[in-house]
This record gives sequence, structure tokens and C-alpha cells, in this order.
Amino acid sequence: MKLSLAQVEHIAELARLSLTDEEKTRYQEQLSAILDYAEKLQAVDTSAIPPTATVLPLRNVMRADEPRDSMSREDVLANAPQVKADSFRVQAVLE
Amino acid sequence: MALYDLTIHEATDLMRRGDLSSVELTQAVLDRIVDVENQVQAYLTLAPELAMEQAREADARRARRADGEDSPLLGVPLAIKDVLCVEGLPCTCGSRSLEDFTPPYSATAVVRLRAVGCVILGKTNTDEFAMGSSTENSAFFTTHNPWDLTRVPGGSSGGSAAAVASGMAFGALGTDTGGSVRQPASLCGVVGVKASYGRVSRYGLVAFASSLDQIGPLARDVRDAATLLSVIAGHDPRDSTSMPAPVPDYVGALKAQGLNGIRVGVPREYFVSGVQPEVAEAVHAAIEVMRGLGAQVQEVSLPHTEDSLPVYYIIAPAEASANLARYDGVRYGLRVESPEGGMWETYRQTRGAGFGSEVKRRIMLGTYALSAGYYDAYYLKAQQVRTLIKADFDAAFREVDVVACPTAPTTAFKIGEKADDPLQMYLSDVFTLSCNLAGICGISLPCGFDNNGLPIGLQIMGPAFGEETLLRVAHTYEQATEWHTRKPQVPVEQVSGEEIT
Repeated sequence: MKLSLAQVEHIAELARLSLTDEEKTRYQEQLSAILDYAEKLQAVDTSAIPPTATVLPLRNVMRADEPRDSMSREDVLANAPQVKADSFRVQAVLE
Repeated sequence: MALYDLTIHEATDLMRRGDLSSVELTQAVLDRIVDVENQVQAYLTLAPELAMEQAREADARRARRADGEDSPLLGVPLAIKDVLCVEGLPCTCGSRSLEDFTPPYSATAVVRLRAVGCVILGKTNTDEFAMGSSTENSAFFTTHNPWDLTRVPGGSSGGSAAAVASGMAFGALGTDTGGSVRQPASLCGVVGVKASYGRVSRYGLVAFASSLDQIGPLARDVRDAATLLSVIAGHDPRDSTSMPAPVPDYVGALKAQGLNGIRVGVPREYFVSGVQPEVAEAVHAAIEVMRGLGAQVQEVSLPHTEDSLPVYYIIAPAEASANLARYDGVRYGLRVESPEGGMWETYRQTRGAGFGSEVKRRIMLGTYALSAGYYDAYYLKAQQVRTLIKADFDAAFREVDVVACPTAPTTAFKIGEKADDPLQMYLSDVFTLSCNLAGICGISLPCGFDNNGLPIGLQIMGPAFGEETLLRVAHTYEQATEWHTRKPQVPVEQVSGEEIT
């Protein structure tokens, strides 16, 4: 199955990735080839097989909800590309 | 033998006897780095001053004999893959998007190594976000295989494997999501362990595919790998996927003699066309050595082996596409702001500029597999086949204690050889992926050399939390052979101290 250019653009939009035209064409070819290869899984009978999301026997690991020390504001903001008023600076969400 | 070529246990024996200090040992490795790093390019960040300070601390600690100090890793210089946080050192993940990121905390595995007195030399090169099999996907440079500088070291933990192989670290941490410790260990002729999923805390490891990622040691022999694993393994309340199970005495488990009573399975699906003939021969010869040591050898079948590649390349990218959604240029990392386009355009530009082509390819693939209308056909289907892959191993481990097979279908390939064909590159992980999908443990160790003098890796896999037997079998084989004692001859070409940092 070959992905259309429109599908590639739709996936890029879902993933919030800006792609050049050259990248779009390249990914169209490469993703189609990888998905063709993955088609072989359709031949495996999985009608009665549950999915595996994790191999561990652990479920819903809980801990006590107690206050404790956290990192300093200075440490938390140290890697932020833009800081304003001791906070992460973001652009307007609602125009 | 040069100091930088010692195993950890040899170096520790000398330090315990007072014949060697950590400062001398660390200086020897730093000198070695000056000699060969320019050719190998294993490190993204070197921290020589910090390392010497930690070495002096280790010597002082030994002199005080605090707590009857007997740590087998006290004063031992190690390298850390650059996807693991070390407080105060950059953590780039081989990505432009994290080029300027310096984590304010250390990964649990690193904290545990520091607590027993290890010296940290620096951060090693990796494919971007650990996605790759050669280090060619690093945004910064490609690491060269110490056995042949025109070839890849494997990946994604290629920097760690090359550093250990070339005398630039006594051991290292890597991470293994689909073979990223074992495959570079195989290609560089060192030992690499992927422990069972849940055995080592992932706290402070930058997430790639959370149901598969596991931190593991690379070392020059099985004893050293067992020593490192025994320190980093164990439950951590900060990682809810780490198992609250006691850590056995992995080094003590190596004392057993011979392989009497051990059943070794040979999975027929791992000896197929596409495997380099010298690799198959060397692995068969290794299995005969194990038989000679008393092991009972029998053929087993893992029928869904071939499905592990498509299953992995749906599940891992799907998890990656979710994990890498966090790189939005707000809290850390690169930000490319678009004043006119607004917030959404800033996200698109930031991510488009920060990620390299393989990372974008996998985000696209994973996003597609999780998107409305395709979820059942790809993601759910892959998770169901994952159940069958795990069931294959469960069935095999009812008949045998371990399975033995090649780690990788070929020895180290040329730099650039597979760079333009993602599917060909993915095939170099074909024998290591199922171990992660099933959550079991595996090890790669040297078992021969091909006609070009390149190392061949033997992979042994054991059931989940079966590390004691796995390490014992690997160690018994290793001690009956001499493959692990060979060293690559890296041409020496010094660079000045400033250039390598």
C-alpha cells in the first residue's frame, strides 16, 4: 500500500512536524516500504490472542500521597529556552 | 599489558593491594583518550577534571576504609551513554533538540554507580534518542569501530561499546530497546547485557519506547558486566516499572564450575539465509564448546522470530511518537519561535528543526500506527503478535535453561553502507528485538573473528529474571575461550586536550 502525499502531510500535522517537500517525498517512499513489510503481520492468526502492552505482572503501582521537597524553581527553569516572570514563557493559546 | 586495558576486577585487585590508585588509573585512561579518541570519536562530552576529582575522592575513601570499604567498583572510571542523566553534564541524546540541555539530576543507575565510588569520564555517542544501529543517526558525528575505523561500532550504544573496546573506559552504561547494548557489544568485541525488563530502574533515562527500554552494562568480560549489573539492578520507587524483587548475587553465581545440568537451546530460526557464514560457524563452534563443558544441547523453535521485526517497528515508533511529544520548546531544548504563525507553528518549526531524519521517520510511523482507522490494523495487531513472541520463549524455557544464537547477522558493516536504506538498517537488529518484546534477559559476548579480523558476538538469552544462570553460562563459556582477551590495534594520533572536550 502506498501512502499518498496528503496522508504524509496529515501524519506530519498530527505529529506537529514541519517537513520540507523533499522530506515529504522521501518519507512517502520509505514509510510505504516499511508499512508494506509490516503487512506480513496480517497473515498471523491473532483472533483469540490478547494484546501485550507490558510484560510485567505489575498493575497500578501506588504510593502514599505525601508532600515532599521538589526541585528548586531555579533548577526547573534553568533549561527553559524562554523564561518570563519566573515561569516558562509560552505563546498565546487563544488568539 | 597497559593499565587502560585491564579488566575492572584486575584494576580493583591492584587498588585493593595498594599497588595502584584511582588517580593513576584514571590518568591512564585520560591519556589513552588523548591518544585514540580523535580516531574513534566515542565521546560526546568528556569531563576530565571532574573525573580526576572523583578519582581523588575514591582514593581518599579507600584510605579511610570507611564502612570497611570493599566496593568492587571504587575508583573505576566508566563512561555513560548520553541518553542517561548525569547531574551537571550535558545530556544531548545525540540530538540537536537537546544540544544545550544540562539535567539538574542524575539517573538512578548513575546515582548507584557514584554511591559505590565509580569515576565518570564522560558521555558517549549514540544514535539520536537511541534510534539506530550504527551511531550514524547521531546529530554530531559517527563513532568509528576500533577494529576497523572505516566501519560502524553498531548502535545505538556505539560510543559506549567503542570506548570499552579501545581502552577509553573500563566499562560503560548503555541502553537496549531492541538490541542497542548487545549489537554494538557484538560489533566491537565486548560483553553487553540487556537485563530483564523491570530489573534496572529507568529513572533519569530519556524515554524512547517505555515498554522496551532497559539500561545495561558494557564491559570487557562477563565478571565485570555482572559486577556492574549487581550495582545498577533493583527496585526504585521512582520507576513504577522497576520490579520489587531482590537482586541475587550475580558475581557469586559465576563460581559454579562447568555446565553440567544446563540445557542450551539452539533456535533454528536464528540460523537462516542472510546470516554471514563465518558468524553462523563461530556460533555453532561456541555451542560445541558449551557441549564440551557439560551442557546438554538441543534444537528449539521460536516460530514467531521473523515477526519480531515488523512488531518492533510498529510498537517502538508508536511509543516513541508519544514520548517525543514532550519536545515542544517550552521547558527545555531547542525552540524555533514563529511570531506570525503562533504557538502551533512554533511547535512544528521547533520539532522540524530539532529532530534528525530517523527520529522524524519513526515519529511519523508511530503516529500513523496510532491514528484513527489504523490503530487496530497496526498497533493492536503488533501487540497481539507480541503476545505470541513471548509465548514462544515461555514454551522454549520449559525445555531449556538458555538459548544460544548469533547476536547480529553480520560483523561490523562499513560507515555509510546502510545509511540510505532504513529497512536494511533495521535488519541488523533482527536477532535482538524479540528479547525486548518478550521482556527476557540477554547477553552478547565475543565468540570469534571473521576473515577481516572483525569480532563476532554470541548471544545467550534466558527467561525473565534469569540473569544468574545467563551470566553463569556466559562466564563459563568465556573462561574456556580466549576471544575476550583480544584487543583492537587503534592507530595513535594525539590531539590536544582542548580539542577533545
